[in-house]
Amino acid sequence: MLLRHTTAKEIDRKALTINPAKTCQPIGAMYAALGVHGCLPHSHGSQGCCSYHRSALTRHFKEPVMASTSSFSEGSSVFGGSSNLTQAIQTIFTVYNPDIIAVHTTCLSETIGDDLNSIVSKAQEEGLIPEGKKVIYCNTPSYVGSHITGYSNQVTALVKFFSKSTPRKRNVINLINGWMEPSDQREIKRLAKLMEIRTIMFPDMTDSLDTPLTGTYNMFPKGGTTQEDLTATGDSKFSIGIGHDCTENACVKLDEKCHVKYDVIDTPIGLKATDRFIMSLSHHAGLGVPDIINDERGRLLDMITDNSKYLYGKRVALFGDPDMLVPLAEFLISMDMKPVYVVTGSESKYFNEEMGKMLKDIPGAKYMSGELADTFRLHQWIKQEGVDMIMGNTYAKYIARDENIPLIRIGFPIADRPGHNFFPITGYVGATNMVIKILDAFLEKQDQTCPEEKVEFQL
Amino acid sequence: MGYILKERKNQVSVAGSCSETIDCNKASLAGSVSQRACVFCGSRVVLYPIADALHLIHGPIGCAAYTWDIRGSLSSGPQLHRLSFSTDIQERDVIFGGEKKLKSALNELINLYQPKAAFVYTTCIVGVIGDDVEKICQLVEQEKGIPVIPVQSPGFQGTKKDGYRIACEALFKLTGRINKPTPPHSINILGDFNLAGELWMLVGYYKQIGVNVNCSLTGDGRVEDIGNAHNASLNVVQCSGSMSYLAVMMEEKYGIPWKKVSYFGIEDMSEALYEVARFFDDQEMMEKARELVRKEFARLMPMLQWYKERLAGKKAAIYVGGAFKAISLVKALRLIGVQSVIVGSQTGTKEDYEIIRKLCDEGTIIVDDSNPVELSHFVKEKGADIFIGGVKERPIAFKIGLGFCDHNHERKEALSGYDGMLNFAKEIYSTAMSPIWQFTKK
Repeated sequence: MLLRHTTAKEIDRKALTINPAKTCQPIGAMYAALGVHGCLPHSHGSQGCCSYHRSALTRHFKEPVMASTSSFSEGSSVFGGSSNLTQAIQTIFTVYNPDIIAVHTTCLSETIGDDLNSIVSKAQEEGLIPEGKKVIYCNTPSYVGSHITGYSNQVTALVKFFSKSTPRKRNVINLINGWMEPSDQREIKRLAKLMEIRTIMFPDMTDSLDTPLTGTYNMFPKGGTTQEDLTATGDSKFSIGIGHDCTENACVKLDEKCHVKYDVIDTPIGLKATDRFIMSLSHHAGLGVPDIINDERGRLLDMITDNSKYLYGKRVALFGDPDMLVPLAEFLISMDMKPVYVVTGSESKYFNEEMGKMLKDIPGAKYMSGELADTFRLHQWIKQEGVDMIMGNTYAKYIARDENIPLIRIGFPIADRPGHNFFPITGYVGATNMVIKILDAFLEKQDQTCPEEKVEFQL
Repeated sequence: MGYILKERKNQVSVAGSCSETIDCNKASLAGSVSQRACVFCGSRVVLYPIADALHLIHGPIGCAAYTWDIRGSLSSGPQLHRLSFSTDIQERDVIFGGEKKLKSALNELINLYQPKAAFVYTTCIVGVIGDDVEKICQLVEQEKGIPVIPVQSPGFQGTKKDGYRIACEALFKLTGRINKPTPPHSINILGDFNLAGELWMLVGYYKQIGVNVNCSLTGDGRVEDIGNAHNASLNVVQCSGSMSYLAVMMEEKYGIPWKKVSYFGIEDMSEALYEVARFFDDQEMMEKARELVRKEFARLMPMLQWYKERLAGKKAAIYVGGAFKAISLVKALRLIGVQSVIVGSQTGTKEDYEIIRKLCDEGTIIVDDSNPVELSHFVKEKGADIFIGGVKERPIAFKIGLGFCDHNHERKEALSGYDGMLNFAKEIYSTAMSPIWQFTKK
């Protein structure tokens, strides 16, 4: 038993996280910046931060992940990291030549008080930033919030540095992506295209972190939202923020800066959240929903009803990020499953409110967000009263193995299976994918463990 | 070579050309997409495999999250090292200090898990916010009666290599605490991390020639064994970059001599056994070693020959953490007909690079602390077929249509020793000769 020490009795913990259900801000900023075309994320801190973030993203996406670092030394911690960043800007434009450098801070550069605004302004004055190139930045102290905060801060910075409002408004909807897989974003794009809606999606990791093998390596892949599109977001007629915690700040910022009104909705995971997404798109674009999408919805419903007896009443433990967990729990409830334990290490008011509403009718259901909400606690809850399934990232597999329950991999990081890069969980198609996975996991287990005489051809 | 940073020119050299020595052991240039990590990373990977110790990371959550069970260091018993413990420092702790938090986290953890010792890793901001970690560790050590060892590893205070040194100092503090009788011919194995069970293979070989492994630092490591490490007659050091500091310290304090070996490839593995036998100056042991080598050689050669015939003419690029490993790789690849055209490391020394220069064929590119842009150019220039590296190199290698072999933390096959050589040959063959490449290469 890998987690043999986990006790059912919850210990009194004041200051201790065991097996976290979150990570730190900078990786979120790095991930978001990879969704901008020609952009090199830059980690302003020690080398290790950059290396860890790149490794973590690489393990998940199985893709090259490029980012540079300020390579802090002893001197930087005493005199500040300004000379490191200035040097870095020169090195990056000389050697790697991106269109944009997206600087994010780390715990160290924040604690020693580096002022990115003045460092970058000075570099600009000294002519270190070539004509037509941009250095943008955001603050991502690792000791505040989580990777979700970092993601949100980077996306907000995109608005701050690029969005412009001109007198020419365009009939375009901004789709501001929360933390999703490239495959999920591809699915959202496909739906918008089916509805014939003109959109600008940002950040956009499709063709950036799911690139084909071509025999050549491009440091800057063809994907990512272009600078022109980012600038034009200020002239769009409306923004839809997909995922509360990841995109609300960016939506607000764009409204303040360019008066683009917005709607923040849940990530379209599952039936109801996808309904809301389609309705929001349809409503704000003033266009109808084509039959092809209605048919996809119908096929999802058909599949759920065909298999509902295998889903009914199943108790599920979930962990991950708030923007994923809220619609996921809602979807499970729509299928008569019971999301009994839900945990996220990211502190989230929205998560707490929504879970409070959704889980109040499920006896014994518990949820928790923020500090001390970790997978160790989730495991303790499971030990107190068991579940039929766990859904979470790869770290869920220790719990799944110890408790002998099926695992559905969802969230970040997934380091031990492919698939998340290909099969979306968003939209009706994504929901169908997920239901198939859930059913496969339950039925596979049943087929392998039931008494021989109960093995049946037809289920 | 316009893609090489001006400042990095002296960190690249070509075997057989000008006699200039390579510039290494220097900090990465700010702004480079370096493949290197930090001091904390160095300390963490060395101490990580000690399975019955508590590893508590004092800092914001990231450092604990990214090092949670990322290394396939197997344990034959406890699995405590595979969990992730963090004080999860918040903004208020940055302002008011994190000492109280650290103390209660340590107490809570020790009560819960009853570990044999605790390592407390300090990360970048801990020193800056002024926490006295030494003091807290002392206090808890007195209260709980187990060694509580501060590992002062703020990421910015040097390179990964400095982290190795700090880890060695921490290990050194654990030695000399216990005196258990050890059989004659006892050695300590330093610098094997039991990836994919490699240590267990080595212990088996040593046993066959009559050598007892007293303590492993740190693969499948145990606190008590480390406490008794000073009672061995010899320290046998692999992965010299990470563990020779400890060997030097143990030599000074306990008078234990040490030998640098490599267990990778038939040649180096055999030499390691001979080296130990020579040290003990024991005829019988030497005979047993010869016998073992003869037996393994006779068993392996026909199988390796099969690979060699098929791999002849293939070219490999090597970019690994330690240069000593790179040296073994060049030799092992040669044994299966593969030529090394690029050899690089993150932490090599001048001496290592000198050996590589002499070992390699003319024209081989030798590089210290490289980056993806350089590496992908080198690979193209030299027409490599296979890349040997770690997690960050893998997807780039595949994208440009090269075979790839993971020779880093994340390897899943044991690559040490005789069976390891066979696994290595198989892995190189399967990736270099995969039919998939016919669909990608022009």
